[in-house]
Amino acid sequence: MKVKIHLYTRFERFWHWFQAFLIIFLLLSGFEVHGSLKLFGYARACYWHNLAGWTLLILTAFAIFWHLTTGQWRHYQPTFGNLEKIVHYYLYGILKGEPHPFHKSPERKLNPLQALSYLFLKVVLLPLQFVSGILYYYYNDWINWGLTTRLDGVAMLHTAVAFVLLIFLVVHIYLTTTGGSLLAYTLAMITGWEEVEENV
Amino acid sequence: MDCLVCHDTTGSYRKFPTACGDPVYKERKFGKKVFPAVDLRKVARKVGKTSRTTCGRCHFYGGGGDGVKHGDLDSSLFKAGKELDVHMDVKGLNYSCSTCHVARTHQISGRYYSRPAAGKHQFALPADDGWRLACESCHSRAPHKNIEILNHHTAKVACQTCHIPRYARGGVFTKMWWDWSTAGKFTAAGKPIVKKDKAGNVIYHSKKGDMRWAENVVPEYFWYNGRMSYLHEGDKVKPSARPLELNSLQGDYADKNARIFPFKVMRGKQPYDPVEQSLLIPYLFGKKGTGAYWADYDWVKACRVGMEEAGLPFSGKVDFIETAMYWPITHMIAPKEKALSCAVCHRRNNGRLENLRGFYLPGRDRWSFIDRSGWVLLGLTVLALLLHAGLRFVNSKRRQDGGKS
Repeated sequence: MKVKIHLYTRFERFWHWFQAFLIIFLLLSGFEVHGSLKLFGYARACYWHNLAGWTLLILTAFAIFWHLTTGQWRHYQPTFGNLEKIVHYYLYGILKGEPHPFHKSPERKLNPLQALSYLFLKVVLLPLQFVSGILYYYYNDWINWGLTTRLDGVAMLHTAVAFVLLIFLVVHIYLTTTGGSLLAYTLAMITGWEEVEENV
Repeated sequence: MDCLVCHDTTGSYRKFPTACGDPVYKERKFGKKVFPAVDLRKVARKVGKTSRTTCGRCHFYGGGGDGVKHGDLDSSLFKAGKELDVHMDVKGLNYSCSTCHVARTHQISGRYYSRPAAGKHQFALPADDGWRLACESCHSRAPHKNIEILNHHTAKVACQTCHIPRYARGGVFTKMWWDWSTAGKFTAAGKPIVKKDKAGNVIYHSKKGDMRWAENVVPEYFWYNGRMSYLHEGDKVKPSARPLELNSLQGDYADKNARIFPFKVMRGKQPYDPVEQSLLIPYLFGKKGTGAYWADYDWVKACRVGMEEAGLPFSGKVDFIETAMYWPITHMIAPKEKALSCAVCHRRNNGRLENLRGFYLPGRDRWSFIDRSGWVLLGLTVLALLLHAGLRFVNSKRRQDGGKS
C-alpha cells in the first residue's frame, strides 16, 4: 500500500534548488575561469563566479541556521549499521527489482548512504571550497596577512574539489531517476510530497 | 644642463647638435636644417615654469631622434589627444610633465638608476608630500570603483600593464633593433647608403647599420620592483645564447614589491672586445683622420680612440655582440575603455603573459595531474552510470516480459 507523505519543507526545497542552481553555475563559470571551457567570456565568468560564490555562502549561512533551529541536522547523523544493505541494493537489488531496503519517513528522511554522502558534502567539500575560494578571492591581501604569495596551492585545491563536486552532482542526478518513476524523486523535491510504501 | 633649457617659455631657445650643449649664438646650418641665432636677452626676460615643450625638446627625442629611445615618449605627446594619454590630453586634463614629476629644490622625481620611480606605491593625496610620481599616489591602490576583482590585481600587476595596451601609439615610430655590425657599407661608387622604409624611417645607414622600427607595439612583460642594475663600462661580459642585458630588472614573483610591468626591449648588436670580454666604446663623431667611425669607417681605429679616451683596455679585436636593454613603459595611458581585457592574459595559449612563467596565472595554468585525473574520473563515473542504467533498463524489460508470459 502506497501513501503520500510530506518530506521536504518549503525552505528546504528553496534551499535545495537555489543551491543546485548556484553549484551548477559555479561549476560552469569556474571551469571557464580555469580555462577548460568558453561560455560567458572570461571577464563575465570571473565576475559572476565570485557573485555566485558569495551568494552560496549567504544561502549556506541561512541553511545552517535552519538546520540548527529546526533540528533537521539530525537527518545527517551517519549510521553505519545498514550502509551495506543500501550499497548492496544500488549495486544489485535495484537490477533485480527488489524494493528499497530503506523506509523514508519525516523522522528519518535520508538513507544511511545519503546521510553519509550529504554530510561529507556539507562538512568537507563545501567548506573546503568556501575557504579556498575566499582565500583565492582575497589573494591581493595575502601579503598584508603575512601569507605566502604562491597562489598555486589554493588554486589546485579549489580545482580538485570542483572536480569532486562535479562527479558528486552527476551521480546525484543519476540517482534521482531511481525512484518509483524516473522523475518521482525530482517531483518530490519540487512539491515536498513523496509516495512511499506504507511502513508495516 | 643650463637654466634656460628648462625654464625658457618662448620656445626659441635651441642648442646646436654638435656644439657640446652651447645654444646657437649665430645662425648655423646642420645639414639642410637652419638653426637661427637665439635672442638670449629675450629668452632671459621670459623665463618661467617648465612645460611639456621644454621637457619634450630633449626627452621626446632621446636616442638621436623623435621617439627613438623610449617608445612611450615622442613628439606626438606635444599635442596629445585623450586616446594617446588621458592625463596629457590637451583638450582635457592637459597635465604638464611636472604635474607628476614633481620637483623640490630642483630634485625632480623620476626613475634614476637604482632608485625606484614608483616609490612605495603609497597614496600621496590629500597630504601630497610633493612626491606624486606613482599612479597610486593619486589613484590609491584600489582605484576600480565598480569591479572589485580588478583591485585584487594591484599587489602583482602594475597599473601600466593594463592601462598602456600598446606604446608608440601617436603616429611616431620607435626604434626596436639597431645592428651596428652592418655599418660601413657603401655603394659601388663609394657613396654612403641610406635606405628608408615606406613610412620614412631609416632602415639602413652606412654610419649606423641596420635598424628596425615599429609603432603600436605590444610591450613585453617582466617582474620589476622598480630597481635595475646596470652594466658599467669595462665590466667583463661573456657571450651566451641570450642577448647581453645592458640593464637587468630586479624583482620576481616572490618579491612583494615586484609587479608585472610593461617594457620596450631595445635589441641590437654592438661592438665587443672578444679578448678583453667587454663592450667597446667607439669614437663616432669627428673629423677624417682622427679615427672617428663616422669619418674613417674603421671599427678598430674608432674603438682604439674611444677606449683610450675612456681609460679602458682594448685588445685590438672588434667583434659584435647582441644586446638587449629594458625601457619601462609608463606614459601613453589609454582611456579606461581601451585598457586590456581579462582574457588578454587569462587564457590557455597565446596570452600576453605566455612567456612569463614560474607562477600560477588563473586561466593559463593548471596542474595537469589534477585536470587529467578529474576528467578521467568523471568519464569513468559516467560510464559506470550508463552501464548501471543499461542493466536497470534491460532487467526491468525482462521482468515485464516475464510477467506477461
